[in-house]
This record gives sequence, structure tokens and C-alpha cells, in this order.
Amino acid sequence: MSEEHAPHVHVTPMWIYLAVFLALAAGTLLTWWVSTQDYGDWNTPIALIIATIKAVLVILFFMHVINSKRLTWVVIIASFLWLGVLFVLTFADYLTRTWKIY
Amino acid sequence: MSSVTVNDARFVEPEGARNYITHDYGALSWLLTKDHKRIAILYLFSITALFMLGGFFAVVMRIELLTPEGDLLTSDTYNKFFTLHGIVMIFFFLIPSIPAVLGNFLLPLMLGAKDLAFPKINLLSWYLYIIAAVMGLYIIITGGVDTGWTFYTPFSTQYSNTHVFGVTFAAFIVGFSSILTGLNFLVTIHRMRAPGLTWFRLPLFVWAMYATSIVQLLATPVLAITLVMLMFERVVHVGIFDPALGGDPLLFQHMFWFYSHPAVYIMILPAMGVASEVVAAFTRKKIFGYSFVAYSSLAIAFLGFLVWAHHMFVAGISVYSAMIFSFLSYFVAVPSAIKVFNWTATLYRGSVALMTPMLYILGFIGLFTIGGVTGLFLAAIGLDVHVTDTYFVVAHFHYIMVGGAVMAYMAGLHYWWPKITGRMYPEWWARLAALLIFAGFNLTFFPQFILGYLGMPRRYHAYAPEFQVLNVMSTAGASVLAVGYALPLCYLIWSLWYGRPAGPNPWGAVGLEWTTASPPPMENFHETPVVTWDAYDYPAMLKAMGETQNV
Amino acid sequence: MSVVTNEHPAHEHHPFLQHHFEDLAQQHEASTLGMWMFLATEILFFGGVLCAYWVYRILYPEAWSLGAEQQNKLFGGLNTIVLIISSLTMALAVRNAQLGKRKSTVAMLFATLVFGSTFLAIKGFEYWQHYHEGLFPGVNFTWHEVPALAPKVQLFMTFYWGMTGLHALHMVIGAGLLLWMMARAWRGDFGPEYYAPVEIMGLYWHFVDIVWIFLFPFLYLIPGVHHV
Repeated sequence: MSEEHAPHVHVTPMWIYLAVFLALAAGTLLTWWVSTQDYGDWNTPIALIIATIKAVLVILFFMHVINSKRLTWVVIIASFLWLGVLFVLTFADYLTRTWKIY
Repeated sequence: MSSVTVNDARFVEPEGARNYITHDYGALSWLLTKDHKRIAILYLFSITALFMLGGFFAVVMRIELLTPEGDLLTSDTYNKFFTLHGIVMIFFFLIPSIPAVLGNFLLPLMLGAKDLAFPKINLLSWYLYIIAAVMGLYIIITGGVDTGWTFYTPFSTQYSNTHVFGVTFAAFIVGFSSILTGLNFLVTIHRMRAPGLTWFRLPLFVWAMYATSIVQLLATPVLAITLVMLMFERVVHVGIFDPALGGDPLLFQHMFWFYSHPAVYIMILPAMGVASEVVAAFTRKKIFGYSFVAYSSLAIAFLGFLVWAHHMFVAGISVYSAMIFSFLSYFVAVPSAIKVFNWTATLYRGSVALMTPMLYILGFIGLFTIGGVTGLFLAAIGLDVHVTDTYFVVAHFHYIMVGGAVMAYMAGLHYWWPKITGRMYPEWWARLAALLIFAGFNLTFFPQFILGYLGMPRRYHAYAPEFQVLNVMSTAGASVLAVGYALPLCYLIWSLWYGRPAGPNPWGAVGLEWTTASPPPMENFHETPVVTWDAYDYPAMLKAMGETQNV
Repeated sequence: MSVVTNEHPAHEHHPFLQHHFEDLAQQHEASTLGMWMFLATEILFFGGVLCAYWVYRILYPEAWSLGAEQQNKLFGGLNTIVLIISSLTMALAVRNAQLGKRKSTVAMLFATLVFGSTFLAIKGFEYWQHYHEGLFPGVNFTWHEVPALAPKVQLFMTFYWGMTGLHALHMVIGAGLLLWMMARAWRGDFGPEYYAPVEIMGLYWHFVDIVWIFLFPFLYLIPGVHHV
């Protein structure tokens, strides 16, 4: 009761940081290259997927979420979920404006 | 005289001991305080002043509406009055009120903590509020705003000749005050509960503040960016929301209401938390269906984000999305109804004491139900087309905000007044005021349901002559309401010097806040409590009282 | 009712333990949770303007594509790499603080500051170029190709300047915070039992990096519009 409990320290090994960095750099080059190619309607989803993978790598490893408490995961997932609500319900209006009624 | 007072000798401070008020003196010790209780008092003064300002605008409007002609104010001035009434009451009174005053004061006490997680950020919240309020006051004095508190474009961005930029900037700043309060509460509730205080032993007020804080945290930033875009558009005129340049005014409305609908849950959830506390205390029973009430707070916080475009049914959204939003709006009523059922079930066969807080909460339950049910009317698209932008809507939201939130705020203020000040308020004057407020409120706003249904539009300073009788009734009610609100202002201040000193637990209620002195010492508890009992464990307390009664 | 005493042992009391917390572990958890909550608000803040951006991108795909063509992809790509490097150095700074390596912590924080400043310099140069090309909305916007689309290309440029401007503002604030962290690290404040400020600095910095990870493809790499 009288000692001071120090935070639990989890030190990520160097190689993980370097590996993630290389993956992020590669992802950047990849997305640039894809943008110079014509994949029709797939260009945008591919760019989004690459960006999402990069973001997930930063979140899991640079921001240590892979070693974090469940509450941290809840906060992150909830934020994106709420953002998703904004997008989905807003676009529910825009994308259905030209639909015929009957 | 209260029924049972439990003045446990363990919690009475020795003679001459210092509490948070007497801990140190001087204006700077208050203006630079980091203590959550002092910050709550700073907020109490501020929001009371702003409530009176917002009320002033309402009084003048109601006087104007005594006659069908627009003869007191020009239409432009009337536009400014309803705009400023809305802005002041929503952003500067309702949204902060219960969280910033009662939440700030009580949360650490209810959790057995010494303070909130981030005391300096708590003080920053208050300063942001004050800076925004001063900006708002300056704008009011130099001409005000006439766009409606909803700032619809392109009028607000292009055509209004008033201080739109300044007011939106003030709203932007006060939004951050709200965000930081919510952030502070969330971290405190997660990380600073006393040993043994598990989630399902928490008072329902804490659950309510938790749900409110989620909404504050996640909704307000969207308002912030929307206002930034509004300010940019106002200055640069590129057409973000201007149809002439390719923009869509409905985009503004979507983003504005994404915040402003959940905002109404920021205003009502804390009120529901107060209701749970007062019902439990004055029936001496655990709230019926405790976990249902707890979960329903979270459900309201989530579902409240899914319904915003019911404010836009006639604005031009697609009929398909309107149907989705209508359907979802019916859903969000369910958890609120669950709470009303549970409070009612708690009252049944409870030992009901009709003290002032209970009177306010009984009024709250009835008036909130009426307001909520009329919300369902509005959620039906067909009916909404008929009554939108009429006084029906005005009556609906005033039933919830004034009949609901403000009455619960009054209940909470009276219930916890002895804890905050160490004094009892005069019970008979308080009951009189509660009854005046209830009567005045209904006389003011019930006629407005009828007016709206008959077709009287809102935000007009003149109206068709056949509406006059109901308008006169409404104004008469408003004057009774004003007297009702003036009374507590007087007797609560009076009680600070002449009120009966209150002990640690004048109501005989169960809760950690009642296990310390009134007023509490600076550090809240001399020893961190270890909690081994359930929430609202009245049987255990009543049993213990039977053995150590000390009335 | 059992109690826990609030007395502290007379001997040790970590200088940075705030009195309303029980111990450093609780303080650490509260700080990091607080920063994550703040980042949640930032996700909604940037997300809001991104929603508006996407609404108009769906409505005006040609104008959006033309607007992206005005961007300098080399600078944008270079800046992305620069920012990713700064994220690496930031992560290493946190690691060094955890290990109690005072000078290495300062070095990595400084490296982060250098790369962050490089980003801002390149961005500033891009802004200067855009301004001279007449691409600042409302103020000096001139667009002669496809005049019918001009207002909508201006709208794109509004989003470009607005979103990158907001991002740059966050980076400037981050740079200021980095200087503060460097001063504290130099003073020897941080070690295995107290490194939360560096960690939450890192969380903020990585978040700003993630925003750019999305802004780069959204503003620089929009595909051309196909005419059927």
C-alpha cells in the first residue's frame, strides 16, 4: 500500500520499428505507382486500402496499441465507428436523391 | 422538516476545521483554483448569469407576442432576440449546466476520488467558457446575430448583416469547453474509482455523466469543424454551402445536426441522472431495474447519433433517407421510455417524501414524458410536414428542455445544496417556487402545442389575430414562470447566511458524497473509502441506522 | 467500512506524481487514456471535413480530378516519406525515454523536430507556388481551362488549403510541444517509471502522421475521370 506502483513498461524491439517504417515507405511508393496506372474504378478503393493498412501499422506498432489495454482499442474503434455513422447516413441522403420514388 | 437525518459522527468535521470554501481566501485562490468543487461554484455563478440573460430575451419576445402585430420590435430585432435566446440558453446554459456545476462538484465525491483526472484542464474548461461568454456579450451589445441559433446557410454565410463570424467563433470556443469537460469525466470514471467501486455499484448519476461525456467528446468536434467551414465561407465566399457556386446548404445542415441532435442528449442525460438519484433518495429504495437504467443511458448516447436528419425532413433530403431517419427516431425513444417506466416502478410502494427535489423530479417525469411523446409525433414524416417550423416544435423542445432539463437541474441544485454549502434551503418557500414553476411552465407552453397545430409559425414576430388568446395565455404563464425562477435566486442566497446548518447527510441518502462533511474538506475524504456495498443499498443502511440512530 | 490511508511514506515521493493520483501507474494510465480521448475528438474533427470533401468529390469528380492535377506529386510524396521518417524517430524517442537514455531521447526528439520542420518547409514552398499560380480560393483564384468547372475547382482548392492548413497547424503545435519535451528530456525528467509525457507526445505526433497518410492520396492522387 505504501510503495508507489510504477507503470508497466513494454519496450518494443528495434527491428519492429524499422520493419514498420520500411513497410510504410513501401506503401507510399506503391500507392504512388498505382496512381500512375489506370485501374478504372478500382484506383480509389486501392488507394484507400493502402492508406488504411499504413494507418493500421502506425496505430498498432508506433502507437503501441498492439500492447495496449482493451479500453484503448474501444476508444479507437468507437471513434471510427462514429465517423462511419456520419459518412454512411450523410451519403444515404446524397446517393438516394436521384432515385425514383415508385 | 426532513424525515430522517443521519448525522454519522464520523463524518462531522471538528469545530474550526477548514472546508473547500474556507480553505484559503482571496479572488486568486478561486480564479486559479484546481479544485473541482471551486470550479463548480465558478460555473454556478456564470451559468446563472447567462440563464438570466437568455431569459431576458425570452421575456421580451413573449411581450411582443401579446399582440398579433409586430409592434414592439422590428422583425430584424425579433430575429436577433430568438437567435440570441437560443444561442445563450443552449450553448451557455443547458449544455454546461448539470455537467459543469453538479457533475464537476459531485463526480469525484461519488467516486471516492480526490479530484478529477485533469484539474488544470478543468479550470481551462471554465476559462474557455468565460472567454466565449465575453465574446458573446460583446457581440450582443454591438448588434447581435439574426440567423437563428441553427445558422442555416446561405443566409448566415452570404446575406446576414450581423456578427455571424464572431458568434460562431464564440460557439467554437465554448464547444472546446464542453469537450474538455467530457474528456475529464470519462478518464476520471474509468481510472479513478475508489477500491471496490465496480461499474455496477456506481450511482446512476455517474452512468448518466459517462454517457453524456461520450456524446460531448464525439459530437462536438463535428460542430467545431462545421463552424470553421462556416467562418471560412463567411469570409472567403467560395461556395462551400452556397448553391450559386456549387455548394449544398444541406451539407451544412447534415453536419450541424450531426452535433446538434446528440447535443439535446447532452442536455437531457444528466437530468435523467439527477432524476435517478432523487427518486432513490426520496423513496428510500434502489432504483427499479438499475442495470436497465444504466444501459439505457449508453443506448441513448449511441442511438442519439443516428437520428439527426429528422430536423431536415422538409429541407430537401431524399425521401428514402428521410424514411431511415424517421424509423431510427422511433428507436431512440425506447431507452428513454425504459427510464420513465423504471422511475415509476421505483415510486410504487416506495416511502415517498415530497421534499422539494422530489417535487421537481415528479414534474420532470411527467413533463419529459409529454415532451418525449410529442417528439414521436414529429418523427412521423407525414405529421412533421404539417407541424414543422410551427409552435408545436417550440412547445415540444421546451417541454423537454425546460420541463425536463431545467426542472431536473433545480431538483439537483436543491438536493445537493446542503452538501455544496453546508446549509439547508427554506423548504416551504422552495416548494412554493417549485409549484409556481410547474404551473407557470404548463401555462406558457401547453398553449403552444395548440398554436402550432393550428398553424402558427415559429420565429415570426407577428401572427394571425385568431392566435392571440393562446399567445396571451402563454405570456401570462411566462410571467408566473419568471416569478418562480426568481424565488430560488433569493432564498438560496438567503440560505447561505441564515439557512439551517446541514450535517453530512440531511436526507438520509445512500451515496459516497453523503459520507463526508457538508461542505466537504478540500481533499474530499480524509481516508480513501473502500466500497463493499451495492448502489442505493437502503436496506443495509436502514438496518445500520436502526442500531445507531442519531436524529 | 474499511479504509485506505492517504498518508505517504516519508521517504520517497516521485517529483512528478500529482497529488490527486494514488501512484504513478494510475497517473500514467490516466494521461494516456486522456490523450487517446483527445485523439478521438481529432478523428471526428478531421473526419468531419473529410466527409464534406467526399460529398463534393462524389458530386464533382471532374473538378476534383483537375484540382489534384495541379498538385506537385513529387513534393507530396517526398513529404509523406519525410513525415514517416519523423514518426520513426518519434517512436524511437519514446523507446529511449522508456530505457532512461537521456541523450538519445533528446537526439530522437530533435530528429523528429528536424523532419517535421522539413515537412513544413516543403509545404510552405508548395503553398507559395500555388499562390503564385493563382490557386488561392476567393483571393486570387484564376482558372482558365474549362471555365464551367472553375467554381468547383476553386471548391477543391478550398478543401486542399483548408485540410492541409489544419494539418500544418497541428504540426506547428506539435513542433512547439517537441521543443518542450526536448527541454524536459535534457533536464533528465524521464525514465522507466515516468515517461508518459513523451509517450503522449508520440501519440499526438503519430496521429498527425496518420492524417497526412490519408490526405496525400486524397489531394494528390485522384484518378482521372473516365468519359464514357
